Amino acid sequence: MRFLVLIVVAAVTVTISQTAEAFCGFYVAKADTALFNRASQVVMVRDGDRTVLTMANDFEGDVKDFAIVIPVPTFIEREQINVAEQGLIDHLDAYTAPRLVEYFDPDPCAMYERRELMSQLPAASKVNADAIGRANAAGVTIEASYTVGEYDILILSGKESAGLIRWLNDSGYRLPQGAEKIVGSYIRQDMRFFVAKVNLDEQKKAGFSYLRPLQVAFESKKFMLPIRLGTLNADGMQELYVYALTRSGRVETTNYRTVRLPSNTEVPEFVQAEFGDFYRSMFARQVEKENRRAVFLEYAWDMAWCDPCAADPLSTDELRRLGVFWVGPNAVGEKPARSIAPQQPQNVFVTRLHVRYDAEHFPEDLMFQETGDRQNFQGRYVVRHPWKGKASCDLSDYQAELAKRREREAQQLAHLTGWDIDDIRAKIPTVAYNPPELPEPWWKRIWN
Amino acid sequence: MNTVTSAREQSRINLRDPRYYQIAVLSTLVTFGVVGLNFGISAANAVTIVTMALATQYAGTRLCGLPAFDPLSPLITALSLTLLLRTDLLVLAALAAVIAIGSKFVIRVRGKHVFNPANIAIVTLILATDHAWISSGQWGNAALGAFALSCLGFLVLTRAKRAETTLAFLGAYSLLLVGRALWLGDPLTIPLHQLSNGALLIFAFFMISDPKTTPDHRIGRIFYGAFVAAATMFVQFILYEPGAPVLALIACSPVVPVIDALLCGSKYNWSLPSAVISTDNPKLVKGVS
Repeated sequence: MRFLVLIVVAAVTVTISQTAEAFCGFYVAKADTALFNRASQVVMVRDGDRTVLTMANDFEGDVKDFAIVIPVPTFIEREQINVAEQGLIDHLDAYTAPRLVEYFDPDPCAMYERRELMSQLPAASKVNADAIGRANAAGVTIEASYTVGEYDILILSGKESAGLIRWLNDSGYRLPQGAEKIVGSYIRQDMRFFVAKVNLDEQKKAGFSYLRPLQVAFESKKFMLPIRLGTLNADGMQELYVYALTRSGRVETTNYRTVRLPSNTEVPEFVQAEFGDFYRSMFARQVEKENRRAVFLEYAWDMAWCDPCAADPLSTDELRRLGVFWVGPNAVGEKPARSIAPQQPQNVFVTRLHVRYDAEHFPEDLMFQETGDRQNFQGRYVVRHPWKGKASCDLSDYQAELAKRREREAQQLAHLTGWDIDDIRAKIPTVAYNPPELPEPWWKRIWN
Repeated sequence: MNTVTSAREQSRINLRDPRYYQIAVLSTLVTFGVVGLNFGISAANAVTIVTMALATQYAGTRLCGLPAFDPLSPLITALSLTLLLRTDLLVLAALAAVIAIGSKFVIRVRGKHVFNPANIAIVTLILATDHAWISSGQWGNAALGAFALSCLGFLVLTRAKRAETTLAFLGAYSLLLVGRALWLGDPLTIPLHQLSNGALLIFAFFMISDPKTTPDHRIGRIFYGAFVAAATMFVQFILYEPGAPVLALIACSPVVPVIDALLCGSKYNWSLPSAVISTDNPKLVKGVS
């Protein structure tokens, strides 16, 4: 085994230092979760059987109407629950978001010289006796009740779903139609229910106008995310982002296909102005291509670096606050830069999964596994700006090549998004011709 | 004279040998997985596994003094490994092939190898390192119809004489999954989704069905298939381990020699899939495949 471990270390070091040489373009835009309405975000920290979930609330409306019911595999004590800052998830979202990068064609008349351009840094972005009485009558056990931050939290277990649902309804939690069967299934699988609603007094005291993410830490062999209750919530497909933070490598689903989104594709320049539209269309098309049954990989990277960075990697402190319990206080901090070269590895690998689901295509909860794959992957799209400077030679070859490239980019864009090729072509400018500045012919000044 | 004839017969392609069909189906699946589904089979891993499997078989043949080098069985093992095993380290891909083929020569009871070669290699690496895993979700559902048909076609064509293990496994596993869903009050789309898993079908048609590592007696094989199905349920829903069928099979394999000791049956011979071969005829059963 010692032998194997040595090889592993060597292989990882080699891979990282090779990639460090690569230059992945200047970051210009990202497709973050704000692009999609009603997107839920969950951060899953997992190592062995230890799990820390951070759940962001996308709830819009009056907070007094807000409540969530989450099946959890074990009993949860007060110290296992925490309230996190939304900024942590926003940062993770920005760091892992699919990105648009740009390159500038060099002067076709000059010898290629790598130009050191300054890059634009992205803007990094209480339960009363009455309730207990009713609970007992309904066959529901309130195993614990806590107030954490602005939330009142109950840990419930039940003997049968009808009683539990009746109790929840009587206590002011309204569960959508069809919840009974699913709740019943979770009860038989010996799962508890984590129920949270907003304590308005506490929220006023804390002074937050939005709902902060809830965190739960527990130990369970089940590496899964219960999505079945979520399928009852709203009409149509739901949007979910899962950020997995692990020690060894990429996370994938074991009961659904995990598919890499098309990446590293060159697209026309105008996409820069409408990157959000591009990404939405592209994602929708890929979902259909996989018959709505796949989970998509958007990012898989060692947390120590990025290239190019859509945002800085998370600091050790931020990772710890997200529940990454194995990073020490002495780990290396972050430094903002255009691209962050591999530093001391943080031993944290981030996987960003994006799934659009409904009950028909995702009948089962999402089951995960951690793989040993540490190969980096990012959703990266490229625009190439043509040379716009003055020409000092005949540019016809370059322009012919440019026209071909633009047609290729148009076709790739049509293929990725399903947009009409003629609409795309109409948005692509014709090649502007700058007549060459040739040196004056020698005979011009003979007689004048 | 006799020896010359039998050697000549051995060298001729015997189309009754189901392994040719098996190699054809497995190769098609590998190609489909790489081209159609793009699910992370690297060409380097595939070539390494095939090369190392053949090399190990050759070395084993020479060391054990077997009459002829047989490339078919190691090729099947190598293709199964390529389909099921994922690793990011080439050295582990090579090691998998060596463990798989090596186990056939080393771990033997009553003249039969105990563990399915691909199975023991996958489990050893999953348990011993963090760099090996099975991507059981990667087959998806769209491709499934065609895939299931090809498996069935393969079964009907070549394995009809020894299909009991696969059928018993799939039958028992389906019943258990449906029973679980009924008990939980889940819709039947859930067990259907659990059954329409490409890795599960590969396991059922190409791993547990291996006639060399299943009981010799028909009743034994049926019992064994159902037993592995029950063990799979245990690993999947009580231990919550990914890759449940593969782990269950390895745990159940030592039961085979026990079943063989209790129920007398005929040992399998690749070139005569339908023939009844007596266990006391050493000429026909000699070889490691």
